[in-house]
Amino acid sequence: MKILPFGDRALLAEFSNLDQTMRAFRAFGVARAPGIIELIPAASTVLVRLDPNKLSLRAAEQWVTDTYGRASRVDTGGEVVDSNVIIPVRYNGPDLAQTALMLGISVAELISRHSQAQWRCAFIGFVPGFAYLASKDVDFDVPRRHTSRATVPRGSVGLAGEFTGIYPRSSPGGWQIIGTTPLELWNESHDDPAAITPGMTVRFEVDT
Amino acid sequence: MNQLNIVQPGPLTLVQDLGRPGLAHLGVGASGAMDRAAFALANRLVGNAPDAAGLEILFGPVTIRAEASVWVAVTGAWGNVSVEGREVPPHTATLIGQGEPLVLGAADHGIRYYVAVRGGIDVPLVLGSRSSDLLARLGPSPLVAGEVLKVGTAVQGPVALVDVVPVDAPSNSPVTLEVRPGPRRDWFTPESWRELLEREWIVSPRSDRTGIRLEGPALERSEQRELPSEGMVPGAIQVSPDGAPTILAVDHPVTGGYPVIAVITDEWLDSLAQVRPGQGIRFRLATGRG
Repeated sequence: MKILPFGDRALLAEFSNLDQTMRAFRAFGVARAPGIIELIPAASTVLVRLDPNKLSLRAAEQWVTDTYGRASRVDTGGEVVDSNVIIPVRYNGPDLAQTALMLGISVAELISRHSQAQWRCAFIGFVPGFAYLASKDVDFDVPRRHTSRATVPRGSVGLAGEFTGIYPRSSPGGWQIIGTTPLELWNESHDDPAAITPGMTVRFEVDT
Repeated sequence: MNQLNIVQPGPLTLVQDLGRPGLAHLGVGASGAMDRAAFALANRLVGNAPDAAGLEILFGPVTIRAEASVWVAVTGAWGNVSVEGREVPPHTATLIGQGEPLVLGAADHGIRYYVAVRGGIDVPLVLGSRSSDLLARLGPSPLVAGEVLKVGTAVQGPVALVDVVPVDAPSNSPVTLEVRPGPRRDWFTPESWRELLEREWIVSPRSDRTGIRLEGPALERSEQRELPSEGMVPGAIQVSPDGAPTILAVDHPVTGGYPVIAVITDEWLDSLAQVRPGQGIRFRLATGRG
């Protein structure tokens, strides 16, 4: 882990891979010190925002180092599962065949791998509720579309890089779309607006 | 129940409050009033609770009428502000009568006016806030001519009967903002870092609540790798592949994939709300270590 400066009210903890990043985010979330106001996970970093009236930058840096050190010592690899979400998917996306071709597998194989893997939400970005889901069960590396679409419909299930994700509402997008789900992923009138939050595990289920 | 009628919304009039801090892990940025101090002062002047929603008015001219008489206060940008031809001094509570037009002329200092109305603006809460977040598309849309807004009951105390609150007009001269190093400072050449701190940058007209774009020489990178997206904060100075710096503002995306060379310290963020296109910005490195 490396700690990088980020102005007067934040620090950026950087890790060498997604797995470490997700463990660190979990550990920071559990240990949450007073004065830590927000933790923002991403692919290889966790941004720690703090209230300087309650916690100095120096103290926050120490807290990040200690918390991560403790987590690395204690963590034996046994994974705690926050909660599990099942997403029904119709695998009928416009990029399904092309994506299978790029991965060098059949469409049936792509569907089977995608729906049998256990995915975990690493972070949310791009638009509210757009969860980046990663899995140790697959080794996809899918290039984004050369030209992004002006509108990707809400509920579209896509692949990009090592991630899968679901468009929580219609928006422009460049992910390879392999299917659609009728499940609502984002509703800002709920207290918990996002169906998937960082740390949750997710499975896709073939919906015929 | 009183109502405000937006007769003329100008280029961009938004409902804003203190925003939605703490939801970035769900992909929702804080948003909220861009000039927090001006917004807080406006609420205080009319005796509102600090979280009462008000109007953030870009530049003007704007005309607003109230259905019944109501106390209002105008802060932030300075310009010709009047009620039925009577001049309204900045930073004072003013009673406007039933149907009287409150007219905010084009701002001549700063660029964002804040209008608080006693009781606040009552629009539905979205994730705990009434703010318009234009990037995340949360909260009310920009106001349109003829739109009617309910006045709420978010009153906390009496109208402040001070004569004048001593706040200067936002400066139209070059402003100097304090920065600290960003996480990717070492992705840039030493010459670029010096350039950032030594020259005067010009605010681009393509600036908004998402970011303030700066015009000047391209900042050169020494590290050409692609950056995986990482968390962002308001005030982060991101540098796009063409070398142009952008200061992220309140409606910034919660994560970004351009390296951040420096970050404006919190106490200087409000001034970003008031810089005008073409105005100069200089950066000064903060001393000490928080």
